[in-house]
Amino acid sequence: MDDTDRPAPLSRFAGGVDCDLHPAVPGMDVLLPYLDDYWREMVAVRALDRLNLSLTSYPKGAPITCRPDWRPADGSWPGASLEAMRRHVLDYYRPGLGILNPLYGGTLMHSEDMAAALCRATNDWIRDAWLNRDPRLRASIVIPVHNTALAVEEIERCAEDPRFIQVLMLVSGEVTLGRRQLWPIYAAAERLGLAVGVHAGSAYRSAPTSVGWPSYFVEDYISQSAAFEQQLQSLIAEGVFAKFPGLRIVMIESGLTWLSGYIWRADKTWKGVRAEVPWVTRLPSAILRDHVRFTVQPVDDADAAKGIGRLVEHLGSDELFLFSTDYPHWQYEGDDALPPDLPEALLRKIVHDNPLATYPRLLKPATAAAEMPA
Amino acid sequence: MARHVVATVDEIPPGARKRVEVEGRGIAVFNIGGAYFAIADRCPHEGASLCDGRLTALVEASEPGRYVLSRRGELVRCPWHGWEFDIRTGRSWCDPKRLKVRSYETSVEVGGAEATELQAETFPVSVEARFVVVEA
Repeated sequence: MDDTDRPAPLSRFAGGVDCDLHPAVPGMDVLLPYLDDYWREMVAVRALDRLNLSLTSYPKGAPITCRPDWRPADGSWPGASLEAMRRHVLDYYRPGLGILNPLYGGTLMHSEDMAAALCRATNDWIRDAWLNRDPRLRASIVIPVHNTALAVEEIERCAEDPRFIQVLMLVSGEVTLGRRQLWPIYAAAERLGLAVGVHAGSAYRSAPTSVGWPSYFVEDYISQSAAFEQQLQSLIAEGVFAKFPGLRIVMIESGLTWLSGYIWRADKTWKGVRAEVPWVTRLPSAILRDHVRFTVQPVDDADAAKGIGRLVEHLGSDELFLFSTDYPHWQYEGDDALPPDLPEALLRKIVHDNPLATYPRLLKPATAAAEMPA
Repeated sequence: MARHVVATVDEIPPGARKRVEVEGRGIAVFNIGGAYFAIADRCPHEGASLCDGRLTALVEASEPGRYVLSRRGELVRCPWHGWEFDIRTGRSWCDPKRLKVRSYETSVEVGGAEATELQAETFPVSVEARFVVVEA
């Protein structure tokens, strides 16, 4: 389908917040200006520019990586063009704000210094090439997640710009997310009013399923939701929310239908074994309602509106879900970024109210930040 | 509500418990440091006998990793699924308002005319001993 065949922009998303947009780093060349002398030299000497630093979860050529009608005709990276993002999402659905979540391999390097350098460059490039060029955009901070001290340094550096509204991590890194070694990241996020986004994807330090290495992409893809479930349980059991009562975690591309079974088991089991985690003083479902949010694409339910409605009822809250197009990933067809038959009140919560309540920085004026020196 | 002699004090020394039947109802009688407490002997979850549960302390935390123990032996964990109940009140730890077992008043009576009047149908009461009495 050609762009010009599209119907008129849809009013029900207008003025809302798209909580999951993926700008692609097209190649090392765009990052070079933001690397210091040493790393610029190393890119040449070590041929780092030949590396494909995209995430294995979304291979460039895989159908799910880009909706067919959004895929660039010239073979370039889906999501690499701001003009295309405007055409497909920003000027089409007309959200008031859109949150950029760059998925790029810098965050996962085994070399902690290289990870820090690439993340720093990525954040600076995002600021210059995206945030400075479209006032609707906000962004997540990518961090060298396997070195907590360097990660905190990068969070603090970027957080001076109020357009950075979230810290981004992948659901599968080197350790479970509740571990205390990561707590300085959560402390910084809480202190600076940043949410912590946990996005589907793996550093592949351990098998992406809990029972061994899969053979096929479909196994990896489907088992992402199990990783989210395990990380949510880790965050609760290790006491992250007891320690950081102001922390918000946003699970991005987690799928949703696993939540119902998970929360039932988590609540029930807590009653019997809560003495091993005595800092968990409330039902996991109550903790989840206060601290955890979910973007709604992909919705893995044949009847998505009913499925979301059931989750709202079971989890006892209509504040958990956030609108996302997941651009340019191929999660839905046509204009169904949200199920067309969602009740109006719930639609308003998901598109407008819930994102604003989740990301306190969205309410801050962003104009001053544009003047910030590089 | 009637008063029932359910045991001699010697039968339930401190830290011990005894399951008794009063008018067809199972009641678990505990001795915590010389004081007697009685709760319904049926976990509201799936009906296990709380009398068979392990006694435990109240476990709390001031923050993650900082464990605080108090009230040793004053809670009982259901033997089936580990839910904790406060022996003094019958209330569960997890949901004390809604999830609880009935708690009964207890007293200790010395044998003699008064105690023998309270004699349970199947429990012989002598003049010399001291007895645990449950109001149920």
